[in-house]
Amino acid sequence: MLANQIGHYSLFLGFFFSIIIIPISIKNYNNKNQIIDNKIFSISFFQFFFVLVSFFGLILSFVNSDFSNETVFNNSHTTKPLFYKISGTWGNHEGSLLLWLLVLTLFIFVFLIKSNKQPKKYRILTLLFQQVIIIGFFLFLLKTSNPFNYLFPIPKEGLGLNPILQDPALAIHPPILYLGYVGSSIIFSSSLAAVVEKHISKIWAKHIKVWILVSWVFLTLGIMLGSIWAYYELGWGGFWFWDPVENVSLMPWFCLTALLHCILVLEKRLLLISWTVILSIATFMLSMSGTFLVRSGILNSVHTFANDPERGIFILIFLFTLIFFSLFIFFVFHKHNSQEIAKTFWLSKETSILFNNWFLMYFLSVVLIGTVYPIFLEVLSGEKISVGSPFYHKLIIPFLIPFLIFMSIGPNLNWIKSEIKKIKIQIILSFIIALIISFLILSKIGLVGLINTILITVAFYLFFMTIKDFFSKKFNNYSQNFSHFGFSLLILSILFNSILSSEKIVNLKVGEEFSFREETITFESIENIKNKNYKSIIGNFKIKDKKNNSIQLKPELRVYNQPLTITSEADIKTTLYYDKFLVMNVVKDYEYFNVRYQVKPFMIWVWISTILLVVGGCLSLFRRSYEK
Amino acid sequence: MKLSTFFLIILVTFSLAKLSAAEKNEELKNKISKNIRCLICQGQSVYDSQSDFSESVKLIIENKLNEGLSENEIYDFLINKYGEWISYDPKFNKKTFILWILPILLFVIGGAIIVRKLIIQKL
Amino acid sequence: MKNKIILSLLLLFFIFCFVILYKGLNNSNIYVPEVKIEKTLTKFNSIDLYSENKISSDQIFVDSEYYVLNIWASWCVPCREEHPKLMKLSKNKSIKLIGLNYRDNPKNAKRFISEFGDPYFMIIKDRNGTISVDLGAIGVPETFIINKDKKIIKRFLGSLNEKLLNEINLITK
Repeated sequence: MLANQIGHYSLFLGFFFSIIIIPISIKNYNNKNQIIDNKIFSISFFQFFFVLVSFFGLILSFVNSDFSNETVFNNSHTTKPLFYKISGTWGNHEGSLLLWLLVLTLFIFVFLIKSNKQPKKYRILTLLFQQVIIIGFFLFLLKTSNPFNYLFPIPKEGLGLNPILQDPALAIHPPILYLGYVGSSIIFSSSLAAVVEKHISKIWAKHIKVWILVSWVFLTLGIMLGSIWAYYELGWGGFWFWDPVENVSLMPWFCLTALLHCILVLEKRLLLISWTVILSIATFMLSMSGTFLVRSGILNSVHTFANDPERGIFILIFLFTLIFFSLFIFFVFHKHNSQEIAKTFWLSKETSILFNNWFLMYFLSVVLIGTVYPIFLEVLSGEKISVGSPFYHKLIIPFLIPFLIFMSIGPNLNWIKSEIKKIKIQIILSFIIALIISFLILSKIGLVGLINTILITVAFYLFFMTIKDFFSKKFNNYSQNFSHFGFSLLILSILFNSILSSEKIVNLKVGEEFSFREETITFESIENIKNKNYKSIIGNFKIKDKKNNSIQLKPELRVYNQPLTITSEADIKTTLYYDKFLVMNVVKDYEYFNVRYQVKPFMIWVWISTILLVVGGCLSLFRRSYEK
Repeated sequence: MKLSTFFLIILVTFSLAKLSAAEKNEELKNKISKNIRCLICQGQSVYDSQSDFSESVKLIIENKLNEGLSENEIYDFLINKYGEWISYDPKFNKKTFILWILPILLFVIGGAIIVRKLIIQKL
Repeated sequence: MKNKIILSLLLLFFIFCFVILYKGLNNSNIYVPEVKIEKTLTKFNSIDLYSENKISSDQIFVDSEYYVLNIWASWCVPCREEHPKLMKLSKNKSIKLIGLNYRDNPKNAKRFISEFGDPYFMIIKDRNGTISVDLGAIGVPETFIINKDKKIIKRFLGSLNEKLLNEINLITK
């Protein structure tokens, strides 16, 4: 009870500080001091501090199962394990918004502290722009999504949390993802501030690059965690469904990746300034649009939060206010740099980064259009259509081919200009090696269609080029190398996984068996076990191969009592070469079980390669200068 | 150059050959059901869902495949019954051509802008 | 000057997006059938619940001005709620009320009928749900009004209430 009250009042206190920091900052902006007033640091800290207290208040309310709090009542239950009571704090709409606020206020405070080499006016303006966002979120929270609404009389028990959400990967997925999204808010605010203050320079680029990297690392990790959860938990053996909510996390990622490459160019040669500013604005705007699409009920998805059009309207207005605001600032304050027309030759690193951005923006447009087109069509014509994987695959996969080629060649080019003769031999040699390897592999696994064939070849090309670069450049640029290598591995593992995966679905009774490829799968027995908040039905399956090696898989059905749901937990055997995936569902009358068995080669490499991608980004954070 | 061209030709020939191989009905059934929306679920395909509707539709798909209908004919059959919302592969028609063309258009425009910029500054 | 044109175009574009998204918020997310075109009933074969005789749709949809096809199941709670309305509807002389028993155990279905009453002219079985798909139905309960030319003229998702009952009676006068 007390935790609830403290949490609630803290939130108001935080809001109070978020407002008073504005006149004080404006005053500081206008005066002749070169440094930021200490008061501002303090207020920014208190703003964060009270949001933190509020957040802890909410966590405590969840831990204590304090059902006088409406959010706790709606999303928790006394029998939930402690870990999930805590993670349930941010597993709902109101709590997750509080998490947004927490990270927003934390990041601006850290920004203020860490930016003392930058000019004062630029820092104050970044603070002010960020405060616009923070106050918007405070208002949104307090007006439409208060996590501290009171219930009276106090219910004895809560409505429980969806059991599919009681999973470790999903517990940490929101915080990590939000660190990425919210990091992009700092990039947004500071880019706009830099435009107004005409502070776009190599020094600024170097300073903002850290924020871009941090954001990018967390966003990539967050997306990966979401996919891992989908794979292990949702029971269909896939990890990406082109669901609107998934797309919504991918869109800022495309922007942020393009931005990351732009900032390199900016740091080296002070080019692509407009690109950088536009991408900075776009990344955060996409994060905000994502929030809108997911929480307003406008889209149909398995991931959406509770539908509430009032919230949708608020975010919509907030989002478009920010868009118009940034458009205004960009067009009024941004002067086209005449240096922008500095000499860049066709065959140069700058051009390859430009091409990279071109493709990333194309991918972004495919995902964006695919996600929102149904909304537009329905409003304008009343027709409902669905846009799913076939659309995205058809439009993205062919374009991956030139994209991977550019990615392979690009890092080998010099800044400004490259001599064709020098690079020709290496590039063609690697291509031939890639062709040979692909040929050998394809002759072993069979034939897979024209596009897949070319894609495999080109992905191998990137693979070999990055390996070659690693040795030839002598540790000079290993962070980028790592990431590009990780990316090639990612494409290769996704490709091989999707080409080589196979599955069989049967209805079985206990004692029966079926065969698939060269294995026999026997449904040996059923175990019933009572757990804390669910009853579990475990199926014992033995999978025996030709050589009589066998493994046991035990998929589980969980019958939860609050709320009444049945979930299916797959059992997966993971090795470096394949995942064996078994999931069962009950058929009516509990006589038969619907069993789905999948063999998925190289599945774990999808996760490993994403981690490599992220490690590359982290390595960059720990380097002082980027490259020669 | 000649060597790589030679390899390329072999690769293409082999990969084209695959396109005529027959696919088993079960794989096709799974493939189709992944592209059909479960109309009573929130954003799931008929393949993922165990609901009554999904089970019925999967059975229909299996029956139609056994009758010899092609993949496209089955999509058309279901779209005829339930409207275009049931298919995750939006057909290319008056209503959706913008959906398909717009990204490509943007790509081409983007390319043109870049090329123009590079050419201008060379002068 | 060029800048101003781009800015105005962008502003117009975003205002357009805002309006569309705002309107989109009010649209529902759930499936709503399009009944703009009157579809003709496709022929199907079924089995009578009680007599176990095979019967085709050609034999069912004869001799009446209107037919009301009601999809129901013993395990469906809203079906229980709408059942009294169906009993009332069975008194309408100009319609033949046909029950389609959806993915149900025949024993349970018969028990349901003997307990709550039989409003149907005939009950046919759809044990695996494929007949419902043929009709373009998505679940239970669902009700169709079919005219004498075997065209589906109206469709109701969910259980019937007084208002819908009146509507059916009005259409089938």
